[in-house]
Amino acid sequence: MIGALGSALMFQAGYNAAIAALGSALFGAAAGAVGTFLFLRKRSLVSDALAHATLPGIALAFLVMAFLGGSGRWLPGLLAGAALAAITGLFAVSWLTHHTRLSEDAAIGAVLSAFFGLGVVVLSLIQTLSVGEPAGLDGFLLGSTAGMVRSDVVTIAAGAVVSLIVLFLARRPLALIAFDAGYGEARGYRVRGYDILLMGLVTAITVTGLKIVGLVLVVALLIIPPAMARFWTDRLGVMLAVSAAGGALSGYGGAAFSAAAPDLPTGPVIVLLAFVLFFVSMLAAPRRGILARALKARRFELAVHRRQGLLALSHDEPIYDRLTLKVLRRAGFVRGDGVVTAEGLVAAQAARDDEIRRITGERLFPQAASGSVLDPLDVRYTPDEIAAIERAVSERTLGQPEGAA
Amino acid sequence: MSAEFVQLSLTPILTGLFAAMACALPGNFLVLRRQALIGDAISHVVLPGIVAAFLVTGTIAAVPMLIGAALAAVLAAVMIELIRRLGRIEPGAAMGVVFTTLFAAGVLVLEQADTSRVHLDVEHALYGSLESLIWLDAEGWGSLADPAALAGLPPELVRMALAFALITLLTVLFWRPLAISTFDEGFAATLGLPVRAIGLGLTVLAALAAVAAFDAVGSILVIAMFICPPAAARLLTDNLARQVAISLMIAALVSVAGYVLAGYGPLWFGRQDSLSAAGMIAALSGLALFAAALFRRGGRRAG
Repeated sequence: MIGALGSALMFQAGYNAAIAALGSALFGAAAGAVGTFLFLRKRSLVSDALAHATLPGIALAFLVMAFLGGSGRWLPGLLAGAALAAITGLFAVSWLTHHTRLSEDAAIGAVLSAFFGLGVVVLSLIQTLSVGEPAGLDGFLLGSTAGMVRSDVVTIAAGAVVSLIVLFLARRPLALIAFDAGYGEARGYRVRGYDILLMGLVTAITVTGLKIVGLVLVVALLIIPPAMARFWTDRLGVMLAVSAAGGALSGYGGAAFSAAAPDLPTGPVIVLLAFVLFFVSMLAAPRRGILARALKARRFELAVHRRQGLLALSHDEPIYDRLTLKVLRRAGFVRGDGVVTAEGLVAAQAARDDEIRRITGERLFPQAASGSVLDPLDVRYTPDEIAAIERAVSERTLGQPEGAA
Repeated sequence: MSAEFVQLSLTPILTGLFAAMACALPGNFLVLRRQALIGDAISHVVLPGIVAAFLVTGTIAAVPMLIGAALAAVLAAVMIELIRRLGRIEPGAAMGVVFTTLFAAGVLVLEQADTSRVHLDVEHALYGSLESLIWLDAEGWGSLADPAALAGLPPELVRMALAFALITLLTVLFWRPLAISTFDEGFAATLGLPVRAIGLGLTVLAALAAVAAFDAVGSILVIAMFICPPAAARLLTDNLARQVAISLMIAALVSVAGYVLAGYGPLWFGRQDSLSAAGMIAALSGLALFAAALFRRGGRRAG
């Protein structure tokens, strides 16, 4: 199994497996990119209604094609049916939200379950009719790349590439509206039109991914990679790239895994891979990851203790806090028995001078300070402001007896 | 004919009825609180819990499954909260990340595990198997008074009836706090009501309904019943008690009509095989909501 997975990952598990893996990677990249805008627009779960709504479309398209005399398994036909049903579902969500007093989440849940129920009914009808070759239809629920042939992959790749091109062309207005719809409107963009375009792209991606991830879980590939990418960056361009890369990696890995273990549904494997990427990012991403933020908080805490300890030393006040004592001892400012060292005295004096300047700065320029409280003075104030602070401090210390400041 | 009806159709109809009403009851409050998708998340998360319980105990007995599903629901709630807080991700996306991942994990474990001895697979989890809940010991309507035959009732029916009774009892007992905190959480808090506990209690109630209904009717019908009947009732009245009553009526109506349509509909066209009852009930509930929306179109009011 491991050997088979290895060879599938290296494109050596046969032609079909290799193109299936490539198609899945391409789809994953497109889903990650489109999902990023959906994520920023905070409408991730609409796509879940849309995905579940495709089932009756697939089933009805199969019936129509089977009655017309084919096997009913022609992928573009099935996907066209899925797209029609998804668009109907999307309209139903939008109509229920805008023309009744139901909130969007209730509309999403209602459309999702009612359409899916209808799909299940039509599937059970297909089973009783014995027309066409319905064997592969189950694959649309949880995804199956194992039986994909070249024409399937071409259809999927075409859908992914077209979506990516449209997304690239409309990226600026879409980004503007995702961040601030009101501003976008004021700039003269037709927000409603671009929202419809975005949902059209989501529909295209959902339908494209049905064969690979399955309709129950395809929403995950629109949500998890963008959420993962959000940990790595604050910039949209980078986020798009990271999200697309994460989606591509998950899709590729899932398809390769599927080639090694054809009995397993592909969708769940892809989703779990995406979640692993998400989880690792949440823990380990620089700056926004949990570890990075915990480290930063700890560093801040130690810096506060060091500073408060030095100020206490400069005022000859006793220190009781254990962490403060530990920090000072480690820095060599205090000896093991609690006596202040020469370096400690120097540092305490420096901290006190710094504190006087900070208090003066606070008094002179209450609004001006920038950056965090513990940033050095030249980060918090401009050179002019620092010069003014220095003047105020020297006037005060000259005019008053030592130690009274 | 009537003996056959009692044997083959009565128990599935009653199970579907109790399942629909047990889900619709807490669904009223979920819809009003704009938490309808919690029902969606719960019904997806039940699967890994049940699969885990099966792996541990090796059976599909009711109690371990309930415990497993409850643990999975708690795990999901904790994960959503952690991702939302630590990852600073909006609640909808956090929910999407968690429930798709847990569902995927459940499916994969289920596909790997040896479930050939028990009735547990993915299709079953999605659509349920209402049609299989037949009452072999029944010989006619008289069996309803026969203790020996009653002992042979499908356990799913008994479990579902008990769950519905328990959910009704709890809803009646906590009606006032539940209603007040649903409409105005701030006001409820100033009255000294434990708002967070009430919210959690409602989620537990919904989870109870979902778990009990899950293996009889499948997760898709659970979502439909959580949302469609209460949403339709919401469009028809402004009074909470009336809304709950109407939603229960709609749930009862579509569950019976759906079963009959799926079971007997094909016969009217001269065909023998029946259609999926759970799917039909879900589709009908959507149709009921659509009808209510057409009836009250433009009747958009505050709240």
